[in-house]
Amino acid sequence: MSEEIKNFLYLNRRAPYGTIYAWESLEVVLIGAAFDQKVSLAFVDDGVFQIVKGQKTEQIGMKNFSPTYSALGDYDVNQLYVERESLEERGLTVDDLMHLTWEDEDEDWAEKDSIRVVSRAEMAEIITQQDVVFSF
Amino acid sequence: MKFAIQINEGPYQHQASDSAYLFTRTALEKGHEIFRVFFYHDGVGNGTRLTTPPQDDRHIVNRWAELAEKYGLDLVVCVAAAQRRGLVDDGEAERNGKDATNIHPKFRISGLGQLIEAAVQSDRLVVFGD
Repeated sequence: MSEEIKNFLYLNRRAPYGTIYAWESLEVVLIGAAFDQKVSLAFVDDGVFQIVKGQKTEQIGMKNFSPTYSALGDYDVNQLYVERESLEERGLTVDDLMHLTWEDEDEDWAEKDSIRVVSRAEMAEIITQQDVVFSF
Repeated sequence: MKFAIQINEGPYQHQASDSAYLFTRTALEKGHEIFRVFFYHDGVGNGTRLTTPPQDDRHIVNRWAELAEKYGLDLVVCVAAAQRRGLVDDGEAERNGKDATNIHPKFRISGLGQLIEAAVQSDRLVVFGD
């Protein structure tokens, strides 16, 4: 929709439930995907809980929106950076996260991992490379 | 410089809208351009004309409206966030069968695409919130 292409980073800092930030952030990502920008997502602090697998929300009466993350690959949103220190501080490893993938049409639709675990220092570098940072 | 402003918190409860207002007013006074102010999450509460603070307090909603009047600011409230939180204009009232509206006439309700567009078109997106 615009001739200009920018690097967009959605910085997810909060747990998926308890507040609506994570869910409404995802709504921006899905709408923004129509704008042909270069999009990445970052998960830091309690934000890493957003992509933990096996989420169950029946008992808190809220919609479990975590399956939506699996659809991001279909929207060409396939750069998901997860901060290693944030995982470790919460006793999590990459094995606790959903297996999020995308299909690379340039390589015969090969299935590739969307998640990349990066250090805090690398995350800082990734953030500085962006044109736009949406902080949620 | 051209700025886009995003406000993620409601008025009075949180300072985000106050800080955004002071930033926006100062930027305009210094000759910068504000492409759009976009209200998201509980920030949509900054757009209700029914707000009635005590007389010795600042009127956050009217203050935004006066700035919009003076500088032709585009104050946009996210439709999805507004629907959840009961902020209604004529169109929304008709579509959703509501018996009242509460949006301030200097604000308008529109989609998230307005936020993305603002980020694309501006030199900087400045986000106010927690």
